[in-house]
Amino acid sequence: MSGLLRYALQRLLLTIPMIFVLLTVIFLVIRVIPGDPISMVYGGRPVSEELKAAKRAELGFDKPILVQYGIYISGVFRGDFGVSLRTSTPVLQELFSRFPATIELALFGLIVAAILGFSTGVLAATRADHPTDHAVRIFHIASFAVPVFWLGLMFQVFFSVKLGWLPVTGRLGGQMAFSFEPITGFYVIDAILHWDGKALIDVLRHLALPALTLGIATTGLLGRMSRASMLEVLDQDYVTTARAKGLPERTVVLRHALRNALIPIVTVFGLELAVLMGGAVLTEHVFSWPGIASYLIRSINARDYTAIQGSVVFIALFISAINLFVDLLYSIIDPRVRY
Amino acid sequence: MSDTPERDEIRRSFLTSGVLGLIRAIGRGRIALHRQTVLKVGLVIVIAFLLMTAVANIWPSLNGYSPTLYRDAPRLEGPSPSHWMGTDQLQRDVFSRILGGGYASLIVAFAGLALSMISGSVLGWISGYSGGWLDRILSLVMDAVYAFPSLILAILMVAMFGAGIGPMIWAVGVVYIPTYFRVARAESMQVRETTYIEAIKAVGASRTRIVLRHVAPNTVNAIMAVSSFNLADAILTVAALSFLGFGLPPPAPDWGFDIQNGQKYLQSGSWWLITFPGLMIITLSLGFGLIGEGISDLVNPKRRRKHV
Repeated sequence: MSGLLRYALQRLLLTIPMIFVLLTVIFLVIRVIPGDPISMVYGGRPVSEELKAAKRAELGFDKPILVQYGIYISGVFRGDFGVSLRTSTPVLQELFSRFPATIELALFGLIVAAILGFSTGVLAATRADHPTDHAVRIFHIASFAVPVFWLGLMFQVFFSVKLGWLPVTGRLGGQMAFSFEPITGFYVIDAILHWDGKALIDVLRHLALPALTLGIATTGLLGRMSRASMLEVLDQDYVTTARAKGLPERTVVLRHALRNALIPIVTVFGLELAVLMGGAVLTEHVFSWPGIASYLIRSINARDYTAIQGSVVFIALFISAINLFVDLLYSIIDPRVRY
Repeated sequence: MSDTPERDEIRRSFLTSGVLGLIRAIGRGRIALHRQTVLKVGLVIVIAFLLMTAVANIWPSLNGYSPTLYRDAPRLEGPSPSHWMGTDQLQRDVFSRILGGGYASLIVAFAGLALSMISGSVLGWISGYSGGWLDRILSLVMDAVYAFPSLILAILMVAMFGAGIGPMIWAVGVVYIPTYFRVARAESMQVRETTYIEAIKAVGASRTRIVLRHVAPNTVNAIMAVSSFNLADAILTVAALSFLGFGLPPPAPDWGFDIQNGQKYLQSGSWWLITFPGLMIITLSLGFGLIGEGISDLVNPKRRRKHV
């Protein structure tokens, strides 16, 4: 365990330069490339030079670039993400209030993707080169090719407008939106904590389409990994041994092969998360989901420069943390990995 | 699947000169596409889309209706024999907009790809071949960018650059650099250890010469296989950017933008405004994806069973 602890510390130390790089990239994208953030603040409207200069001084843009960088980095590490130009509230506060919505959506999306991906991947691997396999492969490739936002809109057209089964947008419907009191911000958990069955059903009904959209659109990666990993494992000698001693195929696949096949899949979870976050931007936008991704889009449209920078930094930190977690998880799941 | 001599020849020529080899093999009539259904279907789709887009941009009113002229058709009507894909709120024929709507996607995807492929590969070759601190720093930067959601980075860049084709090319070009960097670096690290590189070094060839003449050509296959999948992804990125309003300014036909437009009329049940542009995006992206599958199968026959 001390080896694991040492690895955890090493990995944590490696994450720090990575975060620095991401922060620097974001800083450079916003400052160095053409497009003056100041005229962005005014949305391209003609503004007097004095006003621009005043705003520039207020935001610290008149300082040398290295000083700006220092202020920016130290701000991030002190948890100071600046104040939104649009709403005048601290950006971090806005992000924290929206974060649970994004996490809830991403988690349920991940569950959909995992269930669909694992089951189809394993199914295809056990029937390699048969029509089922081909059908699954086409499904996986198609899942890569479907625009998330389009899938969401089609679901809305079909399930909400045509059939009227599920709500079109939002996290809560009608009166519930006013009477519901969030505790944790994760509405599914909140509804359970309130012991309110009606609210829970309403929350889940609102969650169904966004989660399904995000899940299906990101199934491909997990599905392909599951299939490849399962095929690899089914080729192993111990699987042959299990078959040779007369175990039914079902037992061989489910008890002997599956567990080992799952190990490498954990490694793509970090990558899957990046895909999910990208997909979440569009899913939240389409379903008016009040998460950080829709906040980012709204900030971009409003030219709210501090909010843009803050949300991107927030997402970067979150992804770094998850990647660190996945790496550590991997060493715990696979006993062969020793540090 | 048994290995026929043609197949072997194709693979050899392909391995020596990447896509050029493939094209030459097809040109020589060596049935390069024999049994490569996946690759064939992908190629047919992509070529058809390229032709359709080119023709529709030369003669916009191909089907008798203008894609940009208002009041050329009834308002918000579903598909009918005269308007196959219905009409939009500005009384334009949806089908005529579909025909030319891939223009931005294709231009941006190809130009962006060229940008990221060249810069990513060159950095990858240098990094992988030279190793040391340069390699460590470059890898750190590239890994950090790679871990970040590419769509968000692209949106951020377009938001700073402004909307339109040029900014989208830059955004797509920068976002995919790490993809090529990783492939080129991994391949060139492998090539670096081979005996023939040692031999060339012994003869006294310069580093530039080794990298450009000997390392680079050996990594082309892997880069080509990745590029096709990459195009499939780039098509979706461009569509998303257009959907969010960072693409071509209206009234130019554009699938992503047309979907955004259709979203407003979704509640009234005008499904055709969204459905058809989306199907076009899927088909085109699928086409590139299938080509990627096909090329990977050709280059690495062992992969055919595993499809990693």
